[in-house]
Amino acid sequence: MAIHRRDLLTGAALGLILSATSAKARIIAGALPWEPGSGTPPIPVDAGPWKFFTADEAAAVEAIVDRLIPPDADTPGGKEAGCAAFIDRELAGTYGSARRLYMRPPFTDGSPEQGPQSPLTPAARYRRGLAALDKYCRQAYGGKTFVQLSDAQQDTVLTGMQKGPIAFETVSATGFFEQILANTREGFFADPAYGGNRNMVGWKMIGFPGARYDYRDWVERHNEPYPLPPIGITGRRP
Amino acid sequence: MTRRLPPTDAVIIGLGWTGSILAQELTAVGLNVVAIERGPWRDTATDFPTTYAQDELRYHIRHDLFLRPAQETMTFRNNANQTALPIRSWGSFMPPNGVGGGGTHWNAETWRFLPSDFRQRSHNIERYGKNFLPEGMTIQDWGVTYEELEPYYDRFEYLCGTSGTAGNLKGEIKKGGNPFEGPRSREYPTPAQKQPYGPTLFAKAAIEMGYQPFPQPSGNLSQAYTNPLGVTLGPCTYCGFCEWFGCGNYSKASPQTTILPILVRRPNFEARTLCEVVKINLDPAGKRATGVTYVDSNGDSWEQPAELVLLCAFQLFNVQMLLWSGIGKPYNPSTNEGVIGRNYSYQVTSSVNAFFDEDKIFNPFISSGSIGMCVDDFNGDNFDHGKLGFIGGGYIGAVQTNGRPLQSTLTPKGTPSWGAGWKQAVKQHYLHAYQTVTHGGCCSYRDAYLDLDPTYTDAFGRKLLRITFDFHENELKMSQHLTDRVAEITRAMGPRQLDKFPRTGHYNSTIYQTTHTCGGVVMGDDPQTSALNRYLQSWDVPNLFVTGASAFPQNAGYNPTNTVAALAFMAADAIVNQYLRSPGPLVQA
Repeated sequence: MAIHRRDLLTGAALGLILSATSAKARIIAGALPWEPGSGTPPIPVDAGPWKFFTADEAAAVEAIVDRLIPPDADTPGGKEAGCAAFIDRELAGTYGSARRLYMRPPFTDGSPEQGPQSPLTPAARYRRGLAALDKYCRQAYGGKTFVQLSDAQQDTVLTGMQKGPIAFETVSATGFFEQILANTREGFFADPAYGGNRNMVGWKMIGFPGARYDYRDWVERHNEPYPLPPIGITGRRP
Repeated sequence: MTRRLPPTDAVIIGLGWTGSILAQELTAVGLNVVAIERGPWRDTATDFPTTYAQDELRYHIRHDLFLRPAQETMTFRNNANQTALPIRSWGSFMPPNGVGGGGTHWNAETWRFLPSDFRQRSHNIERYGKNFLPEGMTIQDWGVTYEELEPYYDRFEYLCGTSGTAGNLKGEIKKGGNPFEGPRSREYPTPAQKQPYGPTLFAKAAIEMGYQPFPQPSGNLSQAYTNPLGVTLGPCTYCGFCEWFGCGNYSKASPQTTILPILVRRPNFEARTLCEVVKINLDPAGKRATGVTYVDSNGDSWEQPAELVLLCAFQLFNVQMLLWSGIGKPYNPSTNEGVIGRNYSYQVTSSVNAFFDEDKIFNPFISSGSIGMCVDDFNGDNFDHGKLGFIGGGYIGAVQTNGRPLQSTLTPKGTPSWGAGWKQAVKQHYLHAYQTVTHGGCCSYRDAYLDLDPTYTDAFGRKLLRITFDFHENELKMSQHLTDRVAEITRAMGPRQLDKFPRTGHYNSTIYQTTHTCGGVVMGDDPQTSALNRYLQSWDVPNLFVTGASAFPQNAGYNPTNTVAALAFMAADAIVNQYLRSPGPLVQA
């Protein structure tokens, strides 16, 4: 074969087009190309300060996630579960930048069946949505921010965003609401490695055993409660 | 500048299931084969180890194993009066990427189509008369019969070690299997998987109602199995992370677990990953493929000459590659002429959610991608359609494939979408709810087709593929009928509440249904209505073969992979035993 591996491995021009990682084209021949340590396990998020949100934004998001999933006697709410921290880290990463998505123009609104056509990345939608929410609350509630509203008032605002009549100028209120609702659920149920589902509260609430991966001894034990507690992909226990 | 490489015997575009099968079959008889794959190399130990394969956020929600829409997507519209807009994030289907293709992250439901499915047009006209088919329906016969394909179904099932219970062994109906299936030449390679509580309850209810439920044929193996190539798969652990995920246990049949360990060691095989084919090259007369041009991740362009070109990409990308390359006459819906992009079809699925009291514990997280108990009485033409006003059908069953909390926390109709009411409902029902499903076929129509979009382009500046598709009355009636039937059985399981979700309204590109997109490069016996002959050989360019569900003239009520693979084995057989001896058209038009 006259093509040299080196020819395929130099340069970096279209690497981002062909792969989400910085991986390079390669020739696979003669043997399975396994190398130790070449996997890409998730990197558990650190507990440090906000990476995307400002302090005011974070306070608003913590208040929102605690209304979307409120605390009760048995299970913490979205705030204590770490949903805001989860969203913060997601927005600071690939998800927030929409780097994997098709973001080429023209952007034209279509039918619901055609799906969202916004040029806004998730990160931009949060930035605009939170600013618009703050402005709306101050106008509608005598200068108060969302955080300062009562639970009932907060629910009224969130319902108004979800179903109308609340509309924002710079971003779709409904689109922003649907995004934060989806992300809050993700933060409540995703593996704790991503910063949410702290202490596996989401999994414990429903009885999901997490990353156990082997139920051969239980598949035919019908109608019996599964006895083991959840475990995370990093080996973490609640 | 494009650099020209030394010629090879065969170049394969896309190293998924069919690319791996063809590479294996052709290298086995001594051909030099180069496979070009735009995604990365993937293997079990590196890419989906048991230590982190079970990550719902990464693989299911963020689509980590799939093609990035930034790299390639399609535009979509329901009908030709709309302006198609890009699918910016995957929704109703999930285009694969990387070595192994969809074979790495499928559910491994390994069905055969019914004998009548391959003659759907003739069969329905014979039974119900020509006027029974609605105006605009363009279903046609496949040009191949079940009997001809049976040995190749068998090849794939024994490659995979498929777990199941035969229902028709050489014409003899066997208890416990699917009594409606076509005759199979031998038993499944491994016995059916064990069934958890939900499918067991469903089967009991179905038997009491007079049906003959049977275990879904599964490519997640009930026991360890060594295939004819000498590759060994392990037993499935019912981990509940199957579709959308790679399998960490080597127990889901995939190119990685059945073919690649042998293929990659062959001296006459080579794979080039993160290399994207941009075009199939033709000779000046346009009658012969001379090879392909591809771009590697550096942006360097290469020409790979080859005697044979095997287009083995995902269905949508096969159609796109032929349109980009100017091979075959593009379909024109206004004249109903042309073949590339014709007869695009899909799959019509629906579900029923049943909510039980706390005395029934389903443990939904104990599952494999293809456990389940199914009833096939309402598939294909297994029942009299005369008074129903539609053709086709699907299997119905208890085949819930996972209990992952982001995807599968069922709540009753009327539950709020957030707040204390939502939280309480999720908590109350997670262990005590069960979903049953229908998996229906989809006919092809004159107004459902694929072509190139006039506006939107990809990262290379190439036109995106444009999908024009909507559900038709025939399919919506079918979905209602199937959903009602599965709901009757589900109700007999004793739920407190039951919610039915038949497929209704317009096709929605944002809601996941299945990745079973079909057609666009269909096979048949008439070059006016098909792009390929029965051996998947291009009528126009005889040294080009195109595999995949793009060859389906319409879709049956089953998961497509077994049929896709069987057709690939049949094509490989034809190449080895006919084409190589006398290169040229294998069927005279």
